[in-house]
Amino acid sequence: MIKFIFKAILRDKNRSLLPVIIISIGVFLTIFLSGFMSGVMGDMIDQSARFETGHVKIMSRAYAENKDQIPNDLALFGVDSLIKSLEKEFPNYNWVQRIRFGGIIDAPDLNGGSKGQGPSSGLAIDFFSGNSGEIERLNIPSSIMEGNVPQKSKEILIGFELAQKLKLDIGDTITYMGSTMYGSLAFESFIISGTVRFGVEAMDRGMVIVDISDARRMLDMEDAVGEILGFSKEGMYFDDKAAHTQSAFNAHYANSTDEYVPIMLRLKEQNNLDSLLDYVNSFSSMFVIIFVLIMSVVLWNTGLIGGLRRYQEFGIRLALGENKGHIYKTLILEAVLIGAIGSIIGTVIGVSATYIMQVYGLDISGMMKGGTMMMPSVMRAKFTFDLLYIGFIPGLFAMVLGNMLSGIGIYKRETATLFKELEV
Amino acid sequence: MKKIIIAIFAFILFTSMANFPDAGEIIKKVDQNMTSKTQIIESKMIIWGKRNNREVVSKGYAEGNTKSFTEYLSPQRERGTKMLKLEDKLWIYSPETDRTIQLSGHMLRQSVMGSDLSYEDMMENRKLMDMYNAKVIGEETIDGRKTWILELNAKVDNVSYEKRKMWIDQERYVPMKEELYAKSGQLLKKTEMSNFKKTGTRWYPTSINYKDMLKDGKGTDFIVLSIKFDEKIPDYIFSKASLKK
Repeated sequence: MIKFIFKAILRDKNRSLLPVIIISIGVFLTIFLSGFMSGVMGDMIDQSARFETGHVKIMSRAYAENKDQIPNDLALFGVDSLIKSLEKEFPNYNWVQRIRFGGIIDAPDLNGGSKGQGPSSGLAIDFFSGNSGEIERLNIPSSIMEGNVPQKSKEILIGFELAQKLKLDIGDTITYMGSTMYGSLAFESFIISGTVRFGVEAMDRGMVIVDISDARRMLDMEDAVGEILGFSKEGMYFDDKAAHTQSAFNAHYANSTDEYVPIMLRLKEQNNLDSLLDYVNSFSSMFVIIFVLIMSVVLWNTGLIGGLRRYQEFGIRLALGENKGHIYKTLILEAVLIGAIGSIIGTVIGVSATYIMQVYGLDISGMMKGGTMMMPSVMRAKFTFDLLYIGFIPGLFAMVLGNMLSGIGIYKRETATLFKELEV
Repeated sequence: MKKIIIAIFAFILFTSMANFPDAGEIIKKVDQNMTSKTQIIESKMIIWGKRNNREVVSKGYAEGNTKSFTEYLSPQRERGTKMLKLEDKLWIYSPETDRTIQLSGHMLRQSVMGSDLSYEDMMENRKLMDMYNAKVIGEETIDGRKTWILELNAKVDNVSYEKRKMWIDQERYVPMKEELYAKSGQLLKKTEMSNFKKTGTRWYPTSINYKDMLKDGKGTDFIVLSIKFDEKIPDYIFSKASLKK
């Protein structure tokens, strides 16, 4: 039976070509757009996690309230003991310390004056302990344009564009000027060990990265830290697990009124990632629903046109004594086969296009000039296994649904009027 | 009847206005007290932070409204840091790095040493009458002393605060309280003066509390330890070379 219908589909291209093309396009668009959106959004979230939010982040309550201002005067104290207790209580996370700071970077000229100046946002990470994983986490080795990662104290990595703006080379000295944790003037000279380009305009234009021990000395933050970031050892963010960790940690300080006690926030609660994550999760479902609805209507219409074209054929089959239910069944079976062919073609093209976009990406750096939003300058799709069925099933379903609707007309045919209709 | 009531109100308003002296004259007398040809001042800033308090001692030299030089004497972290202002330029010298850095633009609005004063506040030494149009808007008694309440509106563009409200001692012609506003009308800072001392013919507040209204905390107390007016200051003090000495 299937073989017979399959032959009919291949031989009568009028009944299969248009639906196959429509389904292929629909399935392709669903897969590609889902893969592209989840790739771009996933990259943004991943980048935020690595650079800013962690999977969970601990700050003092007062710091958390004003975190956009990087209020190091409200930083956490007693960090060493806090880290030890975190490692003991939550061993499934890697805990890292970070200090953010703002100020200006001044490049001296040969006479000791300034040859250039620029505002900078500083990040202090653990370069030297060798077990923090921060260098890899921030993807520093592949982001380095020139030079190396700092190897010793008082070396600094500087944003590529900032270096270009101030005409700085590797080995040049720059001076940071800002405020200590207590508000005193902070001056520190560093030697440039390398320039970095993360592909994020806001960072490349003004970021400097130093070792956390240098930042502690410079900012008077001994045993203090602005932020402690926790990264799940599974490498992925799972909101339910993060929420569990968060409630367990925050419960220790629930009864404290001290505004400097630590508080844990999870990734989803920071930088408006809450809505972004929900958006990512709902985006694929939204595509599928829209696809099924539109395709069903289109294929219903196609089925109706096909039904009209095959009006005479169905009439003859009924006149020859074929059961209405049998005709309807063969029509649906035909739809399943056509739907499967279209969905397979669409899935192959969609997955291939997604993979190509994952490898090569879409460079939007030209559009991001002057932008301050933290997002990757190359937009990439992401292939996931759900893409293999995310378009296939709706493609099949839409075709079957469309034919089921249009095929209802078969049951409205009256045997008594058949010969008149067939003009026999 | 209506005309009589209006006439009575107009009379009351006219007589009360007539009691207020000319605001320009008040400002002129305030400027005479607060500004001088030269000034050598040793001061202590007590910065009331949220977590801790700091005391910063400095010695400052000023000539007219274009030149000033400040050297920080303590605490150890700040010791040897120097600031030089010439016209509208400001340089800071750090002994730790042996670097002199010029500040400009928005950096001048940053806090000095974590206090409630900005570099712009520190640099501002122009006479009030050169920057503002003033009018007297009322009277108030503060700490038992009668004051005029003056409203000052900027008449030049390059001022840090578009509007000021000052409470001027009616007898000594020194400000006792001040509110500083942004162009939007937002209150940015409050200052309260106390411990007025007479030096020669002028009265001068030796304790000023600056309160940045955008920050938490009790503000910053600026305490004058010693002050000398109109003494000769050597020219080399106001040179970039003196920063590294």
